[in-house]
Amino acid sequence: MPIGYYLALSGVLFAIGAAGVFLRRNLITLLLSVEIMLNAVNLSFVAFGRQQGSVDGQIITFFVMTVAAAEAAVGLALVIALFRHRESLNPEAFTSLKW
Amino acid sequence: MLALIPLLPFAGFLVNATMGKRLPKGVSGGLASVAMLAAFAVAASQVWSLMGMAPEAREINQVLFNWMATGRFSLDMGFRLDALSAVMILVITGIGSLIHIYSTAYMHEETDADFARYFSCLNLFVFFMLLLVLGANALVMFVGWEGVGLCSYLLIGYYYEKASASDAAKKAFVVNRVGDYAFILGSLLLFWTVGSLDFVTIGQTVKAMPVETSFGVLSLITLLLFIGATGKSAQIPLYVWLPDAMEGPTPVSALIHAATMVTAGVYMIGRNAVLFEHAPITLGVIATVGAATAFLAGTIGLVQNDIKRVLAYSTVSQLGYMFLAMGVGAFGAGIFHLYTHAFFKACLFLGSGAVIHALHGEQDIRHMGGLKKHLPVTYWTFLIASLAIAGVPALAGFFSKDEILFDTFRHGHTALWVVGVLTSLMTATYMFRLVFLTFHGEERFDPATVGAHGHGGGHGHGHDDHGHDAHAAPASHAGHGTHGHGGHLHDAPPAMALALIVLAIGSVAAGYIGVPHALGGHNALGEWLTPVFALENTQQAPPASLNAHAGHAAAVEGPMAGDAHAAEATAHGTGAAHGDPASGETHDETALELTLMGVSSAIAFLGIGLAAFLWIRNRHIPDQMAQSFSGVHRLLLHKYYVDEAYDAAIVQPIKAFSIHGLWKVADARVIDGAVNGAGALVNAASSALRLLQTGSVKTYAAGTFLGAVLLLAFFLWR
Repeated sequence: MPIGYYLALSGVLFAIGAAGVFLRRNLITLLLSVEIMLNAVNLSFVAFGRQQGSVDGQIITFFVMTVAAAEAAVGLALVIALFRHRESLNPEAFTSLKW
Repeated sequence: MLALIPLLPFAGFLVNATMGKRLPKGVSGGLASVAMLAAFAVAASQVWSLMGMAPEAREINQVLFNWMATGRFSLDMGFRLDALSAVMILVITGIGSLIHIYSTAYMHEETDADFARYFSCLNLFVFFMLLLVLGANALVMFVGWEGVGLCSYLLIGYYYEKASASDAAKKAFVVNRVGDYAFILGSLLLFWTVGSLDFVTIGQTVKAMPVETSFGVLSLITLLLFIGATGKSAQIPLYVWLPDAMEGPTPVSALIHAATMVTAGVYMIGRNAVLFEHAPITLGVIATVGAATAFLAGTIGLVQNDIKRVLAYSTVSQLGYMFLAMGVGAFGAGIFHLYTHAFFKACLFLGSGAVIHALHGEQDIRHMGGLKKHLPVTYWTFLIASLAIAGVPALAGFFSKDEILFDTFRHGHTALWVVGVLTSLMTATYMFRLVFLTFHGEERFDPATVGAHGHGGGHGHGHDDHGHDAHAAPASHAGHGTHGHGGHLHDAPPAMALALIVLAIGSVAAGYIGVPHALGGHNALGEWLTPVFALENTQQAPPASLNAHAGHAAAVEGPMAGDAHAAEATAHGTGAAHGDPASGETHDETALELTLMGVSSAIAFLGIGLAAFLWIRNRHIPDQMAQSFSGVHRLLLHKYYVDEAYDAAIVQPIKAFSIHGLWKVADARVIDGAVNGAGALVNAASSALRLLQTGSVKTYAAGTFLGAVLLLAFFLWR
């Protein structure tokens, strides 16, 4: 199976994630979209690692997953705090942090 | 030991400057005076050991430390005592001590803090002045030169709360800066030309150079140095600060603006006599400027009504004499006049201080008169000093002034001699106008102010006409506290009387170290100074060659053996080269000198007689003259409108340029514009950039994404 298929899938997943980040108006969905983008990248790492015949791709993927878990934990905590503050999950509601 | 002479007053300065506020007046004044007396004692002992040396080897050197050394250039903080600086340090420490003692009485109504400030400045001044005269090279001298300028500023502005005093101080400072600028330029050019700043090295190097007949680098150097001297020594065109400097306390005028600092320019020229002799063009300028200053200042002095201002113009005039002497190559005569002038002019200033003290600040001689019987000590000392400055035979001023006039005439400057004689006439006239208007005639002062009790916060002097004899010591005087005085004019208190009497004695006796040969005397001072100006002494040379030098000196004097003026001629240095007076002419010279002496004595008596005629017998005549020549009178009264002319020609243009150019354009527009413009630019740029900060997370994410895409695109299609 040529690497092109993996990369195409990875690209599609990444585009879906990016679109989710830009288009959805729910902070939790936003976080989920970020997770999709991360996993798209993970996929390409693994594919390249397989093609090169090394385990580096898989190792970096573990790192990314660890970071993603931490990010999700912090992100969700922030979301809860924000919701308690404003009774809203719309990111456009939180624009007071400007000059 | 040599360094101790300046360091003693410096120690006095340190104590009074740091702890003076907490010291009682007796301690701070006494300390300053003791420091001065100790410096005088050390100076005297050093000069004594100098006198024990062979005339050609009279030199004491002391190097304190190496000041700076870069590459081939090395400069020591070095002091050198030779015949010339010996005269100066004795004058400075001796007369300085007397003036310190005088000041303890004169300033006793000041508060403790002001009193200490006064004495610390006075001591600091003496320190710098001694540095100036003892400096072995031009840079040490320059430190002293600037330092005395600073102290002069501080002391003229002593009564800084008075606008006129602080203005006068600023004027003195600024005018002196002009001269000092020329002085440092001259020193730099000298270093560039000669390669050394040490006076002996300079002298020896220059001695080997040819005399400049046309305007060259030596002429430029000496001219620049002379401009420096005109600033410090109050000559045309920079004399304007000295009359205004009379705003300072009177003892300050006596010490700084009569006896010591203002003679620094004369001393500097004497120090570099060999250099100046190699620039005859500059010498001509110096002689002319000196004579012109002497004459013009004399004419102004004739009509002034402020007792101290008359003396100030007299000082300018006498300094002109000294420069005239320097300019005609009679360096010995110039220094001689410097030395005698220090005595009688200090005495005159201190006498005027005693008068002002007695009249509680009155300085206008139109409001004096008849003080003779009230202030006998002041009167007699003032009279003696006036006789000395007028050039009455047998007093100090006669010998020195006569030597200057004689040398001027002998060197063929007949026109300058005529100016000098006319100035001498005016000197006698204005000095005795001062004496007669102040001490003779009817009493024109306001008895109410004189009899008033409680001046200066209820402090009485406690002595009247019989006063100063009753008090044994200044200390007892200071201890009198608050008991009132009887409404009489009080003569000088003991400390002041002491200084006056010693200086009056000096005004009589000081001339006798330079009695001209024509009177069968022995010009000891001239001989004493000869090696300095002729530069026969060279301590740098190994001892073996010292004898050779001595032999050389003898050889120079050889052809003129038996010539009464041998010493004087060598004092001019070029005397031998010019083939001046040969032995056969000695007799004519003596006759000439005697004739000229007769002329100047007659002139002195004529001036005194004229003053007596005009201001004792016929007081209406001067008033009538002032009326009928009102134009001339106004011109003189306003000092030739020189201040006004300088104001219009220099001060106002600078002011206008500063206001309309530097302030309103350069500062307000350019500098402020640049600063404010930078601020406005940042402000404008940030208000544009601020629009990017929306606070919306999604916009930021979009920005990040877009950036990533652009970076990727850049690397892909590079």
